[in-house]
Amino acid sequence: MVQKNLELAVGAFVALGIAAFFMLALQVSDLTSLGDERGYQVTARFENIGGLRVRAPVTMGGVRIGRVVGIDLDPQTYEAVVTLSLDPRFDQIPTDSSASILTSGLLGEQYIGLEPGGMDSYLTEGSTLRLTQSALVLEKLIGRMLTNAPGD
Amino acid sequence: MSAILARLGRAVLEQLIRTGRATLFFFSLLGALSFMIRRPGLLVKQLYAVGVLSLPIILVSGLFVGMVLGLQGYANLVDFGATSSLGTVVALSLIRELGPVLTALLYAGRAGSALTAEIGLMKATEQLASMRMMAVDPFQRVLAPRFLAGCIAVPLLAGIFTAVGILGGYLVAVEQLGVDSGAFWSQMQAKVQLYADVINGVVIKSVVFGVVANWIALFEGYEAQPTSEGVSLATTRTVVYTALAVLALDFLLTALMFGAW
Repeated sequence: MVQKNLELAVGAFVALGIAAFFMLALQVSDLTSLGDERGYQVTARFENIGGLRVRAPVTMGGVRIGRVVGIDLDPQTYEAVVTLSLDPRFDQIPTDSSASILTSGLLGEQYIGLEPGGMDSYLTEGSTLRLTQSALVLEKLIGRMLTNAPGD
Repeated sequence: MSAILARLGRAVLEQLIRTGRATLFFFSLLGALSFMIRRPGLLVKQLYAVGVLSLPIILVSGLFVGMVLGLQGYANLVDFGATSSLGTVVALSLIRELGPVLTALLYAGRAGSALTAEIGLMKATEQLASMRMMAVDPFQRVLAPRFLAGCIAVPLLAGIFTAVGILGGYLVAVEQLGVDSGAFWSQMQAKVQLYADVINGVVIKSVVFGVVANWIALFEGYEAQPTSEGVSLATTRTVVYTALAVLALDFLLTALMFGAW
């Protein structure tokens, strides 16, 4: 009986250790993304998404209402197709709302901000946001500023 | 003058002899490991002693270290509005350095010292000698199971320490300070690489530290003077030498794995 308890404790210890490594591999490192988001999904097309990543927040008026669940490139139009999963509580978002990619703070991560539109129809599963604004790419901005600099 | 030189020479020679003995001891340990296939029951008992009984200190320390990292990281990152990278900071510091190093240091204090005292006392009470009289090899019967169990336990403990530490950081950052939980995990997953960080950091480092910590602990016990002072001195030495060896090796391994040259 003592031997059995000993084996049980050691078995639990080894299992815990292996579970810890699984957590490090799956949850912490770049191996996966566990889809735990329940909500309805809409897509938005952007010219340039900058440094946006999967699982980045989607906000409206600064409040988080969903997450980015997928990023893909449309091979025909060369646009980035971003899939957003929105909280079903917020099911009255007008279809002409606009999505823009914003940055939190100077060096912070990028997220998607939604601006409500004025239409009477609402976004549902599978709808597409038509009005989008790409990420601000700092290099382009500086380049434009240099070329537009007043004559020397 | 010549007396001083002679003393110096003797000290150097004694150190060299000790190093040689330690190396031979290590190979005898490796040679005795195959015995474990025939008697796995011995291994289970030692795994319990060094692994399961070390769990509480590892869990609690890991949690607190992670929580401190979360607090300190937040206090510094908040000035730059970059608190979303807190997950990366906590995970990378734990995975690359703190997880394996602190686990090895805690292990030396919790289990390594106990191993030394146990072996040293076995020697002092002539249990090892009587085993040899009965044609039982103490390397196979006593040392190899402890060595193998320790080498298995340290990487597992390091993994547990790291995982718990990240959870501790998560608790402070997300639950307490209000960092966005999605940003915490997604930034972490974007920056932490499975091979470069997790395998190199936690796995390889902790395997090396495990071998070294157990080697030192068993060798010091085996070489202890068979008196009460001898055993107490050997126990102290185990903790000191393990700490020094682990920290020095950590620098070497970090330079090899993450260094720029």
